Amino acid sequence: MAVLEARGIVRRFGGLLAVSDASLEAQPGRITALIGPNGAGKTTLFAIVAGFLKPDGGSVRFDGRETTGMAPHRICRLGLVRTFQIVQPFGALSVRENIAVGAHLHERRRARALEEAEGIARQVGMEAQLDRPAEGLTIAGRKRLELARALATRPKLLLLDEVMAGLTPTEVGEIVAVIKRIRDSGVTILLIEHAMQAVMSLSDDIYVLNQGRIIAHGAPRDIASNPQVVEAYLGSRAVHA
Amino acid sequence: MLLFVFFLVLPLFIGSRFWLGFWTTTLFFALLGQSWNILGGYGGQVSFGHAVFFGTGAYVSAVLQVRFGLDAWTSAALAVAAGALVGAFVGALSFRYGLRGSYFALVTLAFAEVFRVLVNAWDFTGSGFGMLVPMKPGAANLQFADRTWFYYMIFVLAVLAYAITWRVERSRFGAYLLAIRENEDAARALGIDAFRIKLAAITLSGAMAAVAGVFYIQYYLFVDSHLGYGPAMSVNALLAPLIGGAGTVLGPLIGAVALGALAELTSLLLGKEPGVNLLAFGVLLLVILRFLPNGLMGLLKRAQRGSS
Repeated sequence: MAVLEARGIVRRFGGLLAVSDASLEAQPGRITALIGPNGAGKTTLFAIVAGFLKPDGGSVRFDGRETTGMAPHRICRLGLVRTFQIVQPFGALSVRENIAVGAHLHERRRARALEEAEGIARQVGMEAQLDRPAEGLTIAGRKRLELARALATRPKLLLLDEVMAGLTPTEVGEIVAVIKRIRDSGVTILLIEHAMQAVMSLSDDIYVLNQGRIIAHGAPRDIASNPQVVEAYLGSRAVHA
Repeated sequence: MLLFVFFLVLPLFIGSRFWLGFWTTTLFFALLGQSWNILGGYGGQVSFGHAVFFGTGAYVSAVLQVRFGLDAWTSAALAVAAGALVGAFVGALSFRYGLRGSYFALVTLAFAEVFRVLVNAWDFTGSGFGMLVPMKPGAANLQFADRTWFYYMIFVLAVLAYAITWRVERSRFGAYLLAIRENEDAARALGIDAFRIKLAAITLSGAMAAVAGVFYIQYYLFVDSHLGYGPAMSVNALLAPLIGGAGTVLGPLIGAVALGALAELTSLLLGKEPGVNLLAFGVLLLVILRFLPNGLMGLLKRAQRGSS
Protein backbone atom coordinates (compact mmCIF):
# COMPACT_ATOMS: atom_id res chain seq x y z
CA MET A 1 0.00 0.00 0.00
CA ALA A 2 1.15 3.51 -0.75
CA VAL A 3 2.50 5.62 2.12
CA LEU A 4 1.15 8.73 0.45
CA GLU A 5 -1.85 9.01 -1.79
CA ALA A 6 -2.89 12.33 -3.29
CA ARG A 7 -6.10 12.14 -5.31
CA GLY A 8 -7.42 14.74 -7.73
CA ILE A 9 -5.73 17.71 -6.09
CA VAL A 10 -6.95 21.10 -7.33
CA ARG A 11 -5.58 24.47 -6.26
CA ARG A 12 -6.28 27.92 -7.65
CA PHE A 13 -4.53 31.22 -6.97
CA GLY A 14 -7.09 33.80 -8.05
CA GLY A 15 -7.72 33.06 -11.71
CA LEU A 16 -4.68 30.84 -12.08
CA LEU A 17 -5.16 27.10 -11.90
CA ALA A 18 -1.86 26.07 -10.28
CA VAL A 19 -2.67 22.40 -9.78
CA SER A 20 -5.52 20.73 -11.61
CA ASP A 21 -6.66 17.22 -10.84
CA ALA A 22 -3.20 15.92 -9.93
CA SER A 23 -2.86 12.46 -8.36
CA LEU A 24 0.25 10.71 -7.17
CA GLU A 25 1.42 7.98 -4.84
CA ALA A 26 4.62 7.29 -2.97
CA GLN A 27 5.43 3.62 -2.39
CA PRO A 28 7.11 2.63 0.89
CA GLY A 29 10.90 2.44 0.90
CA ARG A 30 11.23 3.96 -2.55
CA ILE A 31 12.33 7.27 -4.00
CA THR A 32 9.58 8.92 -6.01
CA ALA A 33 10.40 12.02 -8.03
CA LEU A 34 8.13 14.82 -9.13
CA ILE A 35 9.56 16.69 -12.10
CA GLY A 36 8.31 19.28 -14.53
CA PRO A 37 9.16 22.67 -16.01
CA ASN A 38 9.25 25.85 -13.91
CA GLY A 39 5.82 26.95 -12.78
CA ALA A 40 4.30 23.50 -13.29
CA GLY A 41 2.88 23.49 -9.76
CA LYS A 42 5.33 21.10 -8.08
CA THR A 43 6.00 23.21 -5.00
CA THR A 44 2.28 24.00 -4.68
CA LEU A 45 1.48 20.31 -4.69
CA PHE A 46 4.16 19.74 -2.03
CA ALA A 47 2.79 22.53 0.12
CA ILE A 48 -0.68 20.97 -0.07
CA VAL A 49 0.59 17.53 0.89
CA ALA A 50 2.50 18.98 3.88
CA GLY A 51 -0.46 21.07 5.04
CA PHE A 52 0.93 24.52 4.22
CA LEU A 53 -1.81 25.16 1.66
CA LYS A 54 -5.36 23.91 1.61
CA PRO A 55 -6.49 22.33 -1.66
CA ASP A 56 -9.61 23.57 -3.43
CA GLY A 57 -10.41 19.99 -4.29
CA GLY A 58 -9.13 16.46 -3.88
CA SER A 59 -7.81 14.52 -0.91
CA VAL A 60 -4.52 13.48 0.67
CA ARG A 61 -4.03 10.26 2.59
CA PHE A 62 -0.83 9.63 4.50
CA ASP A 63 0.00 6.40 6.27
CA GLY A 64 -3.62 5.24 6.05
CA ARG A 65 -5.03 8.47 7.47
CA GLU A 66 -6.93 11.30 5.85
CA THR A 67 -4.72 14.39 6.19
CA THR A 68 -6.39 16.81 3.78
CA GLY A 69 -6.25 20.33 5.18
CA MET A 70 -4.57 19.24 8.44
CA ALA A 71 -2.17 21.76 10.09
CA PRO A 72 1.52 21.28 9.13
CA HIS A 73 2.67 20.49 12.66
CA ARG A 74 0.09 17.74 13.01
CA ILE A 75 1.05 16.19 9.69
CA CYS A 76 4.68 16.34 10.76
CA ARG A 77 3.85 14.50 13.98
CA LEU A 78 2.30 11.73 11.91
CA GLY A 79 5.68 11.32 10.20
CA LEU A 80 5.60 13.45 7.08
CA VAL A 81 8.17 16.23 6.93
CA ARG A 82 9.09 18.64 4.16
CA THR A 83 12.10 20.77 3.30
CA PHE A 84 11.85 24.14 1.60
CA GLN A 85 13.05 24.98 -1.89
CA ILE A 86 14.09 28.40 -0.62
CA VAL A 87 16.06 27.26 2.41
CA GLN A 88 14.68 28.40 5.76
CA PRO A 89 17.43 28.02 8.37
CA PHE A 90 17.08 29.28 11.94
CA GLY A 91 19.82 31.78 11.11
CA ALA A 92 21.00 32.86 14.56
CA LEU A 93 21.13 29.28 15.86
CA SER A 94 24.07 26.94 15.38
CA VAL A 95 23.86 23.90 13.10
CA ARG A 96 23.58 21.70 16.19
CA GLU A 97 20.71 23.78 17.60
CA ASN A 98 18.96 23.81 14.22
CA ILE A 99 18.98 20.03 13.98
CA ALA A 100 18.01 19.65 17.64
CA VAL A 101 14.76 21.51 16.93
CA GLY A 102 13.81 18.62 14.67
CA ALA A 103 14.95 16.03 17.21
CA HIS A 104 12.78 17.66 19.89
CA LEU A 105 9.73 16.24 18.11
CA HIS A 106 10.33 12.94 19.88
CA GLU A 107 12.82 13.96 22.57
CA ARG A 108 11.78 16.35 25.31
CA ARG A 109 15.18 16.65 27.02
CA ARG A 110 17.41 19.38 25.64
CA ALA A 111 20.71 17.60 26.24
CA ARG A 112 19.53 14.44 24.47
CA ALA A 113 18.17 16.38 21.51
CA LEU A 114 21.49 18.20 21.10
CA GLU A 115 23.32 14.89 21.33
CA GLU A 116 21.07 13.36 18.72
CA ALA A 117 21.74 16.33 16.45
CA GLU A 118 25.40 15.33 16.35
CA GLY A 119 24.55 11.90 15.01
CA ILE A 120 22.29 13.34 12.34
CA ALA A 121 24.95 15.87 11.34
CA ARG A 122 27.35 12.99 10.82
CA GLN A 123 24.83 11.25 8.57
CA VAL A 124 24.65 14.23 6.23
CA GLY A 125 28.33 15.15 6.50
CA MET A 126 28.01 18.29 8.60
CA GLU A 127 29.89 17.22 11.72
CA ALA A 128 32.61 19.80 11.10
CA GLN A 129 30.11 22.66 11.13
CA LEU A 130 28.15 21.73 14.26
CA ASP A 131 28.89 24.92 16.17
CA ARG A 132 28.73 27.31 13.23
CA PRO A 133 25.75 29.66 13.05
CA ALA A 134 23.41 28.57 10.26
CA GLU A 135 23.48 32.01 8.63
CA GLY A 136 27.17 31.57 7.85
CA LEU A 137 26.71 28.39 5.81
CA THR A 138 27.13 28.14 2.04
CA ILE A 139 24.14 27.21 -0.11
CA ALA A 140 25.27 23.59 -0.12
CA GLY A 141 25.54 23.69 3.66
CA ARG A 142 22.08 25.19 4.04
CA LYS A 143 20.56 22.54 1.78
CA ARG A 144 22.16 19.85 3.88
CA LEU A 145 20.91 21.51 7.01
CA GLU A 146 17.33 21.48 5.67
CA LEU A 147 17.75 17.78 5.08
CA ALA A 148 19.33 17.13 8.48
CA ARG A 149 16.64 19.02 10.39
CA ALA A 150 13.89 17.13 8.59
CA LEU A 151 15.65 13.83 9.16
CA ALA A 152 15.96 14.54 12.88
CA THR A 153 12.18 14.33 13.26
CA ARG A 154 12.48 10.62 12.31
CA PRO A 155 10.01 10.80 9.43
CA LYS A 156 8.33 7.96 7.59
CA LEU A 157 8.07 10.14 4.49
CA LEU A 158 10.53 12.84 3.53
CA LEU A 159 9.51 15.55 1.04
CA LEU A 160 12.61 17.12 -0.52
CA ASP A 161 12.05 20.29 -2.53
CA GLU A 162 15.04 20.86 -4.84
CA VAL A 163 17.79 20.03 -2.36
CA MET A 164 20.27 19.84 -5.26
CA ALA A 165 19.49 23.18 -6.91
CA GLY A 166 22.45 25.53 -6.97
CA LEU A 167 25.01 22.89 -6.02
CA THR A 168 28.19 22.00 -7.88
CA PRO A 169 28.36 18.55 -9.53
CA THR A 170 30.57 17.29 -6.69
CA GLU A 171 28.12 18.52 -4.08
CA VAL A 172 25.24 16.93 -6.01
CA GLY A 173 27.09 13.63 -5.99
CA GLU A 174 27.56 13.84 -2.23
CA ILE A 175 23.94 14.65 -1.50
CA VAL A 176 22.72 11.88 -3.85
CA ALA A 177 24.71 9.42 -1.77
CA VAL A 178 23.18 10.84 1.42
CA ILE A 179 19.64 10.53 0.02
CA LYS A 180 20.27 6.94 -1.04
CA ARG A 181 21.48 6.10 2.45
CA ILE A 182 18.34 7.65 3.93
CA ARG A 183 16.18 5.57 1.58
CA ASP A 184 18.11 2.43 2.51
CA SER A 185 17.42 3.11 6.18
CA GLY A 186 13.73 2.66 5.39
CA VAL A 187 12.50 6.22 4.89
CA THR A 188 10.21 6.78 1.92
CA ILE A 189 11.23 9.80 -0.17
CA LEU A 190 9.31 12.08 -2.48
CA LEU A 191 11.43 14.70 -4.17
CA ILE A 192 11.14 17.61 -6.56
CA GLU A 193 14.23 18.07 -8.67
CA HIS A 194 15.50 19.88 -11.73
CA ALA A 195 18.85 18.13 -12.01
CA MET A 196 17.70 15.49 -14.48
CA GLN A 197 20.76 13.33 -14.31
CA ALA A 198 20.43 13.00 -10.55
CA VAL A 199 16.71 12.29 -10.82
CA MET A 200 17.25 9.52 -13.36
CA SER A 201 19.90 7.79 -11.32
CA LEU A 202 18.15 8.27 -7.98
CA SER A 203 14.45 7.64 -8.53
CA ASP A 204 12.52 4.41 -8.59
CA ASP A 205 9.42 6.13 -9.88
CA ILE A 206 8.80 9.44 -11.65
CA TYR A 207 5.78 11.69 -12.05
CA VAL A 208 5.85 14.55 -14.57
CA LEU A 209 3.80 17.62 -13.81
CA ASN A 210 3.07 20.20 -16.51
CA GLN A 211 0.75 23.18 -16.17
CA GLY A 212 -0.77 21.67 -13.06
CA ARG A 213 -1.47 18.23 -14.54
CA ILE A 214 0.33 14.93 -14.23
CA ILE A 215 1.20 14.14 -17.86
CA ALA A 216 3.30 11.06 -17.32
CA HIS A 217 4.16 8.47 -14.69
CA GLY A 218 6.61 5.59 -14.85
CA ALA A 219 10.12 4.27 -14.36
CA PRO A 220 13.01 6.64 -15.24
CA ARG A 221 13.73 4.85 -18.53
CA ASP A 222 10.15 5.19 -19.79
CA ILE A 223 9.94 8.84 -18.78
CA ALA A 224 13.09 9.83 -20.68
CA SER A 225 11.65 8.47 -23.93
CA ASN A 226 8.08 9.70 -23.42
CA PRO A 227 7.28 12.17 -26.24
CA GLN A 228 4.86 14.17 -24.10
CA VAL A 229 7.57 14.75 -21.52
CA VAL A 230 10.11 15.81 -24.11
CA GLU A 231 7.52 18.19 -25.51
CA ALA A 232 6.82 19.71 -22.11
CA TYR A 233 10.49 20.36 -21.52
CA LEU A 234 11.69 21.34 -24.98
CA GLY A 235 8.54 22.55 -26.79
CA SER A 236 6.55 20.81 -29.50
CA ARG A 237 8.91 21.56 -32.39
CA ALA A 238 11.64 19.49 -30.82
CA VAL A 239 9.41 16.42 -31.04
CA HIS A 240 8.41 16.87 -34.67
CA ALA A 241 11.88 17.73 -35.86
CA MET B 1 26.28 33.53 40.46
CA LEU B 2 28.62 36.43 41.04
CA LEU B 3 25.83 38.81 40.17
CA PHE B 4 23.51 37.03 42.58
CA VAL B 5 25.93 37.57 45.46
CA PHE B 6 26.54 41.15 44.38
CA PHE B 7 22.85 42.02 44.52
CA LEU B 8 22.36 39.98 47.71
CA VAL B 9 24.92 41.90 49.75
CA LEU B 10 24.47 45.20 47.97
CA PRO B 11 22.28 46.87 50.65
CA LEU B 12 24.98 46.26 53.28
CA PHE B 13 27.21 48.70 51.46
CA ILE B 14 24.63 51.27 50.60
CA GLY B 15 24.48 54.10 53.07
CA SER B 16 22.06 56.39 51.36
CA ARG B 17 18.38 56.00 50.77
CA PHE B 18 18.93 57.39 47.30
CA TRP B 19 21.13 54.54 46.12
CA LEU B 20 18.87 51.94 47.70
CA GLY B 21 16.01 53.44 45.69
CA PHE B 22 18.18 53.45 42.59
CA TRP B 23 18.95 49.74 42.82
CA THR B 24 15.37 48.89 43.76
CA THR B 25 14.00 50.57 40.64
CA THR B 26 16.80 49.08 38.55
CA LEU B 27 15.78 45.58 39.63
CA PHE B 28 12.16 46.50 39.02
CA PHE B 29 12.96 47.46 35.41
CA ALA B 30 15.10 44.35 35.08
CA LEU B 31 12.07 42.26 36.07
CA LEU B 32 9.70 44.11 33.75
CA GLY B 33 12.26 43.84 30.95
CA GLN B 34 12.62 40.11 31.50
CA SER B 35 8.89 39.63 31.08
CA TRP B 36 9.11 41.38 27.72
CA ASN B 37 12.25 39.41 26.85
CA ILE B 38 10.53 36.02 27.14
CA LEU B 39 8.00 36.93 24.48
CA GLY B 40 9.91 39.48 22.41
CA GLY B 41 13.53 38.44 22.88
CA TYR B 42 13.18 34.67 22.73
CA GLY B 43 9.90 34.33 20.87
CA GLY B 44 10.42 37.26 18.49
CA GLN B 45 6.90 38.52 19.16
CA VAL B 46 7.62 42.20 19.70
CA SER B 47 5.06 43.75 22.02
CA PHE B 48 4.59 47.48 22.10
CA GLY B 49 1.99 47.36 24.82
CA HIS B 50 3.44 45.43 27.71
CA ALA B 51 1.80 47.97 30.00
CA VAL B 52 -1.40 46.01 29.46
CA PHE B 53 0.01 43.21 31.64
CA PHE B 54 1.89 45.47 34.04
CA GLY B 55 -1.12 47.70 34.59
CA THR B 56 -3.37 44.70 35.12
CA GLY B 57 -1.05 43.49 37.87
CA ALA B 58 -1.01 46.86 39.59
CA TYR B 59 -4.71 47.63 39.17
CA VAL B 60 -6.11 44.20 40.08
CA SER B 61 -4.01 44.16 43.22
CA ALA B 62 -5.03 47.71 44.16
CA VAL B 63 -8.74 47.18 43.45
CA LEU B 64 -8.85 43.91 45.41
CA GLN B 65 -7.20 45.54 48.41
CA VAL B 66 -9.12 48.79 48.36
CA ARG B 67 -12.56 47.80 47.10
CA PHE B 68 -12.80 44.23 48.39
CA GLY B 69 -10.64 44.48 51.49
CA LEU B 70 -8.58 41.47 50.49
CA ASP B 71 -5.14 41.09 52.06
CA ALA B 72 -2.11 42.07 50.02
CA TRP B 73 -0.82 38.52 49.53
CA THR B 74 -4.05 37.12 48.11
CA SER B 75 -4.50 40.23 45.99
CA ALA B 76 -0.97 39.80 44.65
CA ALA B 77 -1.59 36.16 43.70
CA LEU B 78 -4.87 36.99 41.98
CA ALA B 79 -3.28 39.95 40.21
CA VAL B 80 -0.55 37.74 38.76
CA ALA B 81 -3.21 35.26 37.65
CA ALA B 82 -5.07 38.14 36.01
CA GLY B 83 -1.88 39.16 34.19
CA ALA B 84 -1.52 35.62 32.86
CA LEU B 85 -5.16 35.62 31.81
CA VAL B 86 -4.88 38.92 29.95
CA GLY B 87 -1.74 37.55 28.29
CA ALA B 88 -3.57 34.43 27.17
CA PHE B 89 -6.49 36.52 25.94
CA VAL B 90 -4.39 38.96 23.90
CA GLY B 91 -2.32 36.05 22.59
CA ALA B 92 -5.28 33.90 21.65
CA LEU B 93 -6.85 36.73 19.69
CA SER B 94 -3.79 38.01 17.87
CA PHE B 95 -2.01 34.70 17.23
CA ARG B 96 -5.20 32.95 16.13
CA TYR B 97 -5.51 35.51 13.36
CA GLY B 98 -1.86 35.08 12.46
CA LEU B 99 -0.73 38.58 13.41
CA ARG B 100 3.03 38.90 13.16
CA GLY B 101 5.65 41.63 13.39
CA SER B 102 4.40 45.19 13.44
CA TYR B 103 0.76 44.07 13.32
CA PHE B 104 1.19 42.20 16.57
CA ALA B 105 3.04 45.19 18.07
CA LEU B 106 0.18 47.50 17.12
CA VAL B 107 -2.47 45.20 18.54
CA THR B 108 -0.70 45.01 21.91
CA LEU B 109 -0.41 48.80 21.93
CA ALA B 110 -4.12 49.05 21.14
CA PHE B 111 -5.00 46.69 24.00
CA ALA B 112 -2.99 48.77 26.46
CA GLU B 113 -4.73 51.93 25.26
CA VAL B 114 -8.18 50.36 25.57
CA PHE B 115 -7.42 49.32 29.15
CA ARG B 116 -6.04 52.78 29.91
CA VAL B 117 -9.20 54.48 28.67
CA LEU B 118 -11.41 52.02 30.54
CA VAL B 119 -9.78 52.39 33.97
CA ASN B 120 -9.66 56.13 33.40
CA ALA B 121 -13.41 56.26 32.79
CA TRP B 122 -14.60 53.88 35.47
CA ASP B 123 -15.17 55.10 39.05
CA PHE B 124 -14.63 51.61 40.36
CA THR B 125 -11.01 51.77 39.22
CA GLY B 126 -10.58 55.28 40.54
CA SER B 127 -11.18 56.94 37.15
CA GLY B 128 -8.94 59.97 36.61
CA PHE B 129 -7.82 60.05 40.26
CA GLY B 130 -6.16 56.65 40.24
CA MET B 131 -6.06 54.07 42.98
CA LEU B 132 -4.47 54.83 46.33
CA VAL B 133 -3.65 51.89 48.61
CA PRO B 134 -3.66 52.96 52.28
CA MET B 135 -0.30 52.79 53.98
CA LYS B 136 -0.22 50.01 56.59
CA PRO B 137 3.37 48.84 57.06
CA GLY B 138 3.75 45.19 58.02
CA ALA B 139 4.74 41.94 56.34
CA ALA B 140 1.09 40.85 56.26
CA ASN B 141 0.34 43.85 54.08
CA LEU B 142 3.48 43.50 51.95
CA GLN B 143 4.50 46.99 53.03
CA PHE B 144 7.72 47.84 54.75
CA ALA B 145 8.73 50.89 56.71
CA ASP B 146 12.36 49.92 56.15
CA ARG B 147 13.03 50.36 52.42
CA THR B 148 15.69 47.63 52.55
CA TRP B 149 12.86 45.10 52.70
CA PHE B 150 11.45 46.41 49.47
CA TYR B 151 14.85 45.95 47.93
CA TYR B 152 14.86 42.32 49.04
CA MET B 153 11.31 41.85 47.81
CA ILE B 154 12.20 42.93 44.28
CA PHE B 155 15.48 41.02 44.57
CA VAL B 156 13.65 37.75 45.28
CA LEU B 157 11.09 38.38 42.51
CA ALA B 158 13.80 39.22 40.00
CA VAL B 159 15.87 36.16 40.95
CA LEU B 160 12.78 34.00 40.42
CA ALA B 161 12.10 35.56 37.03
CA TYR B 162 15.71 35.14 35.92
CA ALA B 163 15.79 31.54 37.16
CA ILE B 164 12.63 30.80 35.15
CA THR B 165 14.15 32.40 32.05
CA TRP B 166 17.36 30.45 32.56
CA ARG B 167 15.33 27.24 32.70
CA VAL B 168 13.32 28.22 29.62
CA GLU B 169 16.51 28.85 27.67
CA ARG B 170 17.64 25.30 28.36
CA SER B 171 14.34 23.58 27.61
CA ARG B 172 12.50 22.33 24.57
CA PHE B 173 10.03 25.17 25.05
CA GLY B 174 12.89 27.67 24.76
CA ALA B 175 14.31 25.96 21.68
CA TYR B 176 10.88 26.09 20.07
CA LEU B 177 10.52 29.79 20.91
CA LEU B 178 13.83 30.57 19.21
CA ALA B 179 12.85 28.45 16.21
CA ILE B 180 9.61 30.41 15.86
CA ARG B 181 11.48 33.70 16.19
CA GLU B 182 13.98 32.70 13.52
CA ASN B 183 11.53 31.19 11.04
CA GLU B 184 7.96 30.33 11.87
CA ASP B 185 7.23 28.35 8.71
CA ALA B 186 10.27 26.16 9.14
CA ALA B 187 9.26 25.64 12.78
CA ARG B 188 5.78 24.50 11.77
CA ALA B 189 7.24 22.13 9.19
CA LEU B 190 9.23 20.49 11.99
CA GLY B 191 6.14 19.71 14.01
CA ILE B 192 6.00 22.78 16.24
CA ASP B 193 2.54 23.99 17.18
CA ALA B 194 3.51 27.65 16.82
CA PHE B 195 0.19 28.92 18.14
CA ARG B 196 0.43 26.97 21.38
CA ILE B 197 4.06 27.86 22.01
CA LYS B 198 3.44 31.56 21.43
CA LEU B 199 0.36 31.41 23.63
CA ALA B 200 2.36 29.81 26.44
CA ALA B 201 5.05 32.49 26.06
CA ILE B 202 2.67 35.44 26.19
CA THR B 203 0.87 33.92 29.20
CA LEU B 204 4.14 33.53 31.09
CA SER B 205 5.21 36.99 29.98
CA GLY B 206 1.89 38.49 31.11
CA ALA B 207 2.18 36.87 34.53
CA MET B 208 5.75 38.11 34.95
CA ALA B 209 4.84 41.68 33.98
CA ALA B 210 1.95 41.52 36.44
CA VAL B 211 4.44 40.55 39.17
CA ALA B 212 6.25 43.81 38.37
CA GLY B 213 2.89 45.58 38.61
CA VAL B 214 2.21 44.02 42.00
CA PHE B 215 5.57 45.18 43.27
CA TYR B 216 4.94 48.65 41.89
CA ILE B 217 1.65 49.07 43.73
CA GLN B 218 3.14 47.85 47.03
CA TYR B 219 6.15 50.14 46.62
CA TYR B 220 4.42 53.34 45.51
CA LEU B 221 0.91 52.58 46.89
CA PHE B 222 -0.50 54.49 43.96
CA VAL B 223 -1.35 53.86 40.33
CA ASP B 224 -3.33 55.79 37.77
CA SER B 225 -4.23 55.06 34.19
CA HIS B 226 -1.08 56.68 32.73
CA LEU B 227 1.33 55.06 35.16
CA GLY B 228 -0.34 51.67 34.79
CA TYR B 229 -1.44 51.40 31.19
CA GLY B 230 0.33 54.34 29.54
CA PRO B 231 2.81 53.87 26.69
CA ALA B 232 5.70 54.95 28.91
CA MET B 233 5.62 51.64 30.80
CA SER B 234 5.38 49.72 27.52
CA VAL B 235 8.50 51.48 26.31
CA ASN B 236 10.25 50.84 29.63
CA ALA B 237 9.51 47.14 29.24
CA LEU B 238 11.25 46.86 25.90
CA LEU B 239 14.10 49.36 26.37
CA ALA B 240 16.07 47.35 28.92
CA PRO B 241 16.14 44.08 26.94
CA LEU B 242 16.79 45.82 23.62
CA ILE B 243 19.73 47.76 25.04
CA GLY B 244 21.07 44.93 27.15
CA GLY B 245 20.54 42.19 24.59
CA ALA B 246 17.21 40.62 23.66
CA GLY B 247 17.00 36.85 23.84
CA THR B 248 19.68 36.53 26.52
CA VAL B 249 19.04 35.81 30.20
CA LEU B 250 21.08 38.73 31.55
CA GLY B 251 20.30 41.22 28.78
CA PRO B 252 17.38 42.94 30.54
CA LEU B 253 19.39 43.31 33.77
CA ILE B 254 22.38 44.83 32.01
CA GLY B 255 20.06 47.08 30.04
CA ALA B 256 18.28 48.20 33.20
CA VAL B 257 21.56 49.05 34.91
CA ALA B 258 22.77 50.96 31.86
CA LEU B 259 19.51 52.88 31.58
CA GLY B 260 19.44 53.67 35.29
CA ALA B 261 23.01 54.94 35.18
CA LEU B 262 22.28 56.99 32.07
CA ALA B 263 19.20 58.54 33.67
CA GLU B 264 21.20 59.62 36.71
CA LEU B 265 24.02 60.88 34.54
CA THR B 266 21.77 63.02 32.37
CA SER B 267 19.97 64.54 35.33
CA LEU B 268 23.37 65.27 36.86
CA LEU B 269 24.75 66.87 33.70
CA LEU B 270 21.69 68.41 32.17
CA GLY B 271 19.52 69.03 35.17
CA LYS B 272 16.16 67.57 36.01
CA GLU B 273 14.27 69.02 33.06
CA PRO B 274 11.47 66.58 32.34
CA GLY B 275 12.04 64.64 29.14
CA VAL B 276 15.82 65.11 29.01
CA ASN B 277 16.47 61.56 30.19
CA LEU B 278 13.99 60.26 27.60
CA LEU B 279 15.95 62.09 24.93
CA ALA B 280 19.13 60.43 26.18
CA PHE B 281 17.40 57.01 26.16
CA GLY B 282 16.32 57.59 22.58
CA VAL B 283 19.82 58.48 21.47
CA LEU B 284 21.28 55.47 23.29
CA LEU B 285 18.71 53.17 21.71
CA LEU B 286 19.50 54.48 18.23
CA VAL B 287 23.22 54.05 18.78
CA ILE B 288 22.73 50.52 20.13
CA LEU B 289 20.40 49.44 17.34
CA ARG B 290 22.79 50.86 14.75
CA PHE B 291 26.06 49.52 16.10
CA LEU B 292 25.14 46.71 18.50
CA PRO B 293 22.10 44.87 17.19
CA ASN B 294 22.64 42.23 19.88
CA GLY B 295 22.81 44.80 22.65
CA LEU B 296 25.46 45.13 25.34
CA MET B 297 25.47 41.35 25.77
CA GLY B 298 26.57 41.07 22.14
CA LEU B 299 29.44 43.43 22.92
CA LEU B 300 30.42 41.35 25.96
CA LYS B 301 30.39 38.13 23.94
CA ARG B 302 32.50 39.72 21.21
CA ALA B 303 35.00 40.95 23.79
CA GLN B 304 35.12 37.46 25.33
CA ARG B 305 35.77 35.85 21.97
CA GLY B 306 38.37 38.50 21.18
CA SER B 307 40.35 37.87 24.36
CA SER B 308 40.24 34.07 24.30
